[in-house]
Amino acid sequence: MSDQTTNSIAFVADGTIPPSPPPANETGVVKWLRDNLFSNFTNGLLTFASLVLIYLLLKNTLPWFLNGIWQADSLAQCREILNGNVGACFAVLTERWHQLLYGFKYPGDAYWRPNLALLLLLVAAAPVLFFDLPRKLLLFTVVYPFIAFWLIWGGTILVPLVAFLGCVAAAVAFQKLGKNSFAAGFFTAIIVALVVWNVGGALIPEGASDNAWLSAVPSRDLGGFMLNMMLGVTCVSLSVPLGIALALGRQSDMPLIKWVCVIFIEFIRGVPLITLLFVASVMLSYFFPPESTVDLFLRVVIMITMFSAAYIAEVIRGGLAALPRGQYEAADSLGLDYPQAMRLIILPQALKISIPGIVNVAVGLFKDTTLVSVISMFDLVGMIRGPILASTEWNGVYWELLGFAALLFFVVCYGISQYSQWLERRLATDHR
Amino acid sequence: MSTMTDPPKADFRLSMLINDTRYRSLTFQVIAAVAIALSIWYLGNNLIQNLRAAGLNISYSFLGDPAGYDINQRLIEYDSQSSHARAAIVGILNTLLVAVLACITATFFGVFAGVLRLSNNWLVSKLMAIYVEIFRNIPVLIWILIIFFIVTAAMPAPRAYLGEQAERDLVLGLFAFTNRGIYVPSPFFTNGFGAEGGSAVNWLVVIAVLILSHFATRFVNKNAQIKQEQTGNRPNTLLLNGLIWLVPLVAVLFILGLSWDFPDPLANRFNLRGGLQIGAPLIALWFALSIYTGAFIAENVRAGIQAINKGQTEAAAALGLRQGRIMNLVILPQALRVIIPPLISQYLNITKNSSLAIAVGYADITATLGGITLNQTGRAIECVLLMMLFYLTASLLISTGMNIYNASVKLKER
Repeated sequence: MSDQTTNSIAFVADGTIPPSPPPANETGVVKWLRDNLFSNFTNGLLTFASLVLIYLLLKNTLPWFLNGIWQADSLAQCREILNGNVGACFAVLTERWHQLLYGFKYPGDAYWRPNLALLLLLVAAAPVLFFDLPRKLLLFTVVYPFIAFWLIWGGTILVPLVAFLGCVAAAVAFQKLGKNSFAAGFFTAIIVALVVWNVGGALIPEGASDNAWLSAVPSRDLGGFMLNMMLGVTCVSLSVPLGIALALGRQSDMPLIKWVCVIFIEFIRGVPLITLLFVASVMLSYFFPPESTVDLFLRVVIMITMFSAAYIAEVIRGGLAALPRGQYEAADSLGLDYPQAMRLIILPQALKISIPGIVNVAVGLFKDTTLVSVISMFDLVGMIRGPILASTEWNGVYWELLGFAALLFFVVCYGISQYSQWLERRLATDHR
Repeated sequence: MSTMTDPPKADFRLSMLINDTRYRSLTFQVIAAVAIALSIWYLGNNLIQNLRAAGLNISYSFLGDPAGYDINQRLIEYDSQSSHARAAIVGILNTLLVAVLACITATFFGVFAGVLRLSNNWLVSKLMAIYVEIFRNIPVLIWILIIFFIVTAAMPAPRAYLGEQAERDLVLGLFAFTNRGIYVPSPFFTNGFGAEGGSAVNWLVVIAVLILSHFATRFVNKNAQIKQEQTGNRPNTLLLNGLIWLVPLVAVLFILGLSWDFPDPLANRFNLRGGLQIGAPLIALWFALSIYTGAFIAENVRAGIQAINKGQTEAAAALGLRQGRIMNLVILPQALRVIIPPLISQYLNITKNSSLAIAVGYADITATLGGITLNQTGRAIECVLLMMLFYLTASLLISTGMNIYNASVKLKER
């Protein structure tokens, strides 16, 4: 029996067959290519078209980029070095580096001041952007605006000091009175701050800035990418509180307050930023008291802040509207008054919902700071269009300069939008 | 029966103005009204004093004075002797022109990129992602300048097309691409209204005919729909609709005597004559606005399509619909409801961003009224106010129109 079995049956499996590898075109790179690039005829065609597009782009830009000249004094010299070859003239960036970053009038020996201010900005912004950092750091954030002002504009330290003391006095007054009545605390704080500023301002001696340790720099000497950063940071941080106030005002039960806010928001959102900048440059000075000179930087900051506050107000209104009605009723049933309900219950939730929207507005605003070049302020784009392209050495170096400006803005804006996405994931505490 | 009585009427005390909810909102509004009135009085007083000091007044009579400057790109007749008001109207029309053109192309770019970004082709979707990220994160002003320099630096001067032995021939014998802009054949009417058939009435007639055709086809389609609901068979309306569109249009163009004016390389030794010139600033602005806003619209389109439940696609596939019909009949009509509200704000953004025309010298309202007229007359307040009035009106009209459209496609809940 067993003999017959061994002879008549040619093969008996004595174990499982090891799994054989999948066919060559069902694994690895080939499979990926088939799935993602050549799944059918149309897809193959699209892939081919994309490859041609990429090839054309690289063929035209890569030699230009790689042959770039980094050291030369003028476009003519660049062309001489290139000797007829295709190549970029990046020398304009190295030669005009400081002008691109700081404008053409900022004193050369003071470049360390904006640099330090930028570095401190990162430290000051960190606790606002990342909640895990120790809350003590917020103290530095509070002091930062005054330090930055002193660093960039220079002059006597007494001016930012008085401004700071005014704010401290206001905060103390609010702490004392705001516990019982928000309104009383708020208005007292404003009055206290105004008193401190006026008294302190009168105490600062004439000409205190003349021999200050940091030489004074007038606002019109600011320029370059520094100006874009300053406008962006200042206006965003000023417009968030204003935007919150406008959004709350728009939801208010008081018809007068509501309609003032609605008209303000809709008016600002209906006109382009350029017209508001025109207002800042040619019209706003008519509304200040005669003989007062409010410099262009401040006027522009006022208008851009109003502009972005209107947009932020709409974002926050969306956040307020998204809160369930029960939250308002819960606050009422706890016996909280309006400021307490807003501060403790409504706003923390509404702001959390609106953070991505606010960041979007901030990115848009930062990009829009380039528009100040239209009213002849020399920001990065203004420097490129004005002094640099108009100079005899660099007349005609469009791509390198605009490409550099585009790169700077891309890095900052892309960084902010990535942060916003991270924050959105981080704050997604519900619907897990 | 309960014996509720009114609470004892307390005497009115001053502190009730703050502490009593019945009076508090009134108090605050009175305070606000006083504060607003005071600040308006303060600002107005400053304005009056400043104007008096500068020897100015608020007057709009300058609008009737001759403007004294030329505008290259214009839709209506204008010369340097025309009034400032007419220059402003030329600017308004130019703003509307570039806004309408850019809205159309931006929608096209946006839908194209948004749909392709969801493609299952890895390379294509990554390319579209790069397009969106690059264009969204760089200021539109930089894009306008870059495209303007591409047009002016990379194209040949008109000289290249001139003369018997030109360096370049007209493309297809019709178009010339120069650094001053693109020259295309321009239509005109030989027996139309106005002097030499040059009146804008002709175009209004053509547009009126097109609108009538539109309503006629709607009527035909409605009848077809009724027939389909009654009998189950839909009559083929393709031929009829085609005839309704074509025949009146061809007829009216024939009656008005449509002919074309071609760019002529031989007419003049220094510049191309004839044809319609689409100036380099208009091209730069149009293209930059559409490709920049297209990136934003692409994101809206993507979000809209992704918002549609996957079950919808599967249900449509289960019904046996093909890929293209699933998109057209099931996905897009639903996605449209999500896409339209953000699309409205993108159209508003295009209209407002068209004011950047001033950076490349395109004569829109900001460049004429807010630029040259303002500088020549020194009437800053009047010019800026008029400009704002125009933009406010335009924004309001666009958002009203689009909201009506939005209401018509909105889900009708019963």
